[in-house]
Amino acid sequence: MTDSETRSRTAGQDDAPVTASKTADPDRKLLAEAVTINRPARELYDFWRDPTNLVSFMDNIVSIEPIDRDRSRWTVKAPAGREVSWESVITKDVPGEEITWQSAEGADVANSGRIEFRDAGRRGTVVRAVIAYDPPGGVIGELVAKLFQREPRIQTRRDLRRFKQLMETGEIATNARNPRILAEEGK
Amino acid sequence: MKAITWHGKHDVRCDTVDDPAIVNPRDAIIRVTSTAICGSDLHLYDGYIPTMQKGDILGHEFMGEVVEAGPKSSLKTGQRVVVPFTISCGSCYHCSKTQYSACENANPADNQDIGREGYGHPMPGLFGYSHMTGGYAGGQAEYVRVPFSDVGPLVIPDESIPDDKVLFLSDILPTGWMAAENAEIEPGDTVAVWGCGPVGLFAVQSAFLMGAERVIAIDHFPRRLELARKFGAETINFEESKVYEALMEMTGGIGPDAAIDCVGLEAHGAFADNIIDQIKASTFLGTDRIHAIRQVILATRKGGRVSMPAVYGGFVDKFPLGALMEKGLTLKTGQTHVQRYLQPLYAAIAEDKIDSTFLISHRMALEDGPLGYQKFHDEQDSYTKIVLKPGQAAGAAPA
Repeated sequence: MTDSETRSRTAGQDDAPVTASKTADPDRKLLAEAVTINRPARELYDFWRDPTNLVSFMDNIVSIEPIDRDRSRWTVKAPAGREVSWESVITKDVPGEEITWQSAEGADVANSGRIEFRDAGRRGTVVRAVIAYDPPGGVIGELVAKLFQREPRIQTRRDLRRFKQLMETGEIATNARNPRILAEEGK
Repeated sequence: MKAITWHGKHDVRCDTVDDPAIVNPRDAIIRVTSTAICGSDLHLYDGYIPTMQKGDILGHEFMGEVVEAGPKSSLKTGQRVVVPFTISCGSCYHCSKTQYSACENANPADNQDIGREGYGHPMPGLFGYSHMTGGYAGGQAEYVRVPFSDVGPLVIPDESIPDDKVLFLSDILPTGWMAAENAEIEPGDTVAVWGCGPVGLFAVQSAFLMGAERVIAIDHFPRRLELARKFGAETINFEESKVYEALMEMTGGIGPDAAIDCVGLEAHGAFADNIIDQIKASTFLGTDRIHAIRQVILATRKGGRVSMPAVYGGFVDKFPLGALMEKGLTLKTGQTHVQRYLQPLYAAIAEDKIDSTFLISHRMALEDGPLGYQKFHDEQDSYTKIVLKPGQAAGAAPA
C-alpha cells in the first residue's frame, strides 16, 4: 500500500479521500474508516504498537502471537468453525503517527493496512484505518472471501468503536446483564 | 428476580429472569425501590419501536439502593441513588461538553450500526428502550445493572426526602426543564405548551421559573389541563376550541414568543420507508400528531423559538419547512442531557421551588406492572403517572 493510493486527491477533482470515490474499481478491495478519540496520539499509538493489545477490542480474532518486533502471527475465525492464519509484517513505523503492515508472502489472504494517528487538538486524536486486501482464488480463497465479505467495513468500524471505548472509558460497553450472558454472547 | 418484560404489541409481562451482576469495572447493581412507567414506554407497548426483542426488560425511570459497586464505580454499597435514563461515559468529547445524550461510547459497538444507518449517527445508550439505543435491560425490575455508574446516578443522602420527590429526576423533570431552556425564554414572554403529560406539566413549571409572564397549555384531557391551571397556566382544550385562532386572539395577534411541543409522534423510532407507509395506512394518531407540530410552527410568532422535546423517530409528511424559514423560527430539540441538570434540579426540589410529586396518580406492585401499562394506556385522564414499587404486595388496590 502506497501513500498515493490512499491519501492523494482523486486526479485533482476534489479533496475527498479516494476511499469515498463513487467510481472506484469494485474489484479493488480498499476501505477506510476514521474515529476521533479523546486521548493523546502517542498513547493510542503505543497501545496499538503492541499487537497483543489488539485482541481486546477486535472481533473474530483467535490469537495474535508476536514473532519479533515487527512480525506477528494472526489467527482469525472463519466460517464453518475454521480458522485462517497469516503472518503480518510491519513495513513502516512512525512513532506516534502511523503503523503500516502487510501480510507476508504466501498468506491465505493477502492483506495490508495502515493505522494513522493525527492530533486533533481539544478533540483528541483522529484515528484512521485503511485496509486493502486481495480476494484469493481456490477453495481456501472462497472460504476467506466469505470471511472478508462479512462486511469488512462494518467490522473495521466496530473494531474502531471498541478501541475508542476502551481508550476513553477503560472498558468496552456491553448490554450483557451479567457475566454468564456475556460469555454466552462470546464476546 | 422479577422484571417487567416486553413480548409484543400490548403484551407486557412480569417474568422471572436472571439477576444482573457486575460485568465491567464501572458498573453498579441497584436494588430498585421505585420505578415509573413513562409515556414513551407506551410507544413500546403499542409496538411502534423497531429493534425491540421478546423478553427485553422495560423501564428507564428508576431509583434505588446500591447493592454492589464495581472497582471503578464511585458509588458505595447502601447509597440511595436516582439513575438518569441516558447512559453516558463522561469521557468522550460530547460528554465533556455536557452533551450527555450524544455520548459516543455507552451504546455497544454492534448496536451503533442501526442508528448510523437510519440517522447518520449512532443513538445514545438508554435503559430499556430497544436495541438501537443499546439493548440495555431497564429498571422496571427488582435489580438493574447500571453501566458507567460513576457518571450517571445522583446520590440522595437526605433520607427525609421520599422517593416520590426525586424519582422524576431520572427523565421527565430534566426533560421538561431542558424543553423550557431550549425555548430560550425571556422575561415577559408568552410560552405555549402543546401536550400536558408529565413532560408538558414540568415544562409549564420550568417556563414560569425562567421568567415567562404567561404560559398557555394545550391538551384535551380535562384533568391534565386542570393540573396545568394549578401551576398558573391558561388553557386551551383542543376538542372545544380552535387552537390557532385562540392563540392569536389571546396574544393580540402576535402569537406565542416560544412554543414547546410535548406531544410527540406515536410512530417514533421508525425510519424505513415501509414503516412510514405502515404509519400512513394504519394510524389516525400519526396524522393527528404531525398536525400538532405543524400547528406549533404556524402559531409561533415571527422570529420566535420552537422547542421540541417530543420524541419523533421517522419522516413526516407536510412538515411546514417554508413557514419555519420564512418566519425566521429557531428549532431546538433532542434527547435530554439528564446528567447536566441533576444537581440544580435536585436543589430546586429540596427548596420546594418545583413540585415534583403532583402527577403521581397511582402506585402499584411491580408484579402488577402489566395491569399498569394497560391502565396508563387506556385511561390517560385519570392515570397521569404510575409508580411501581418492587417489594410491595401484588394485587393490592392501586393507591
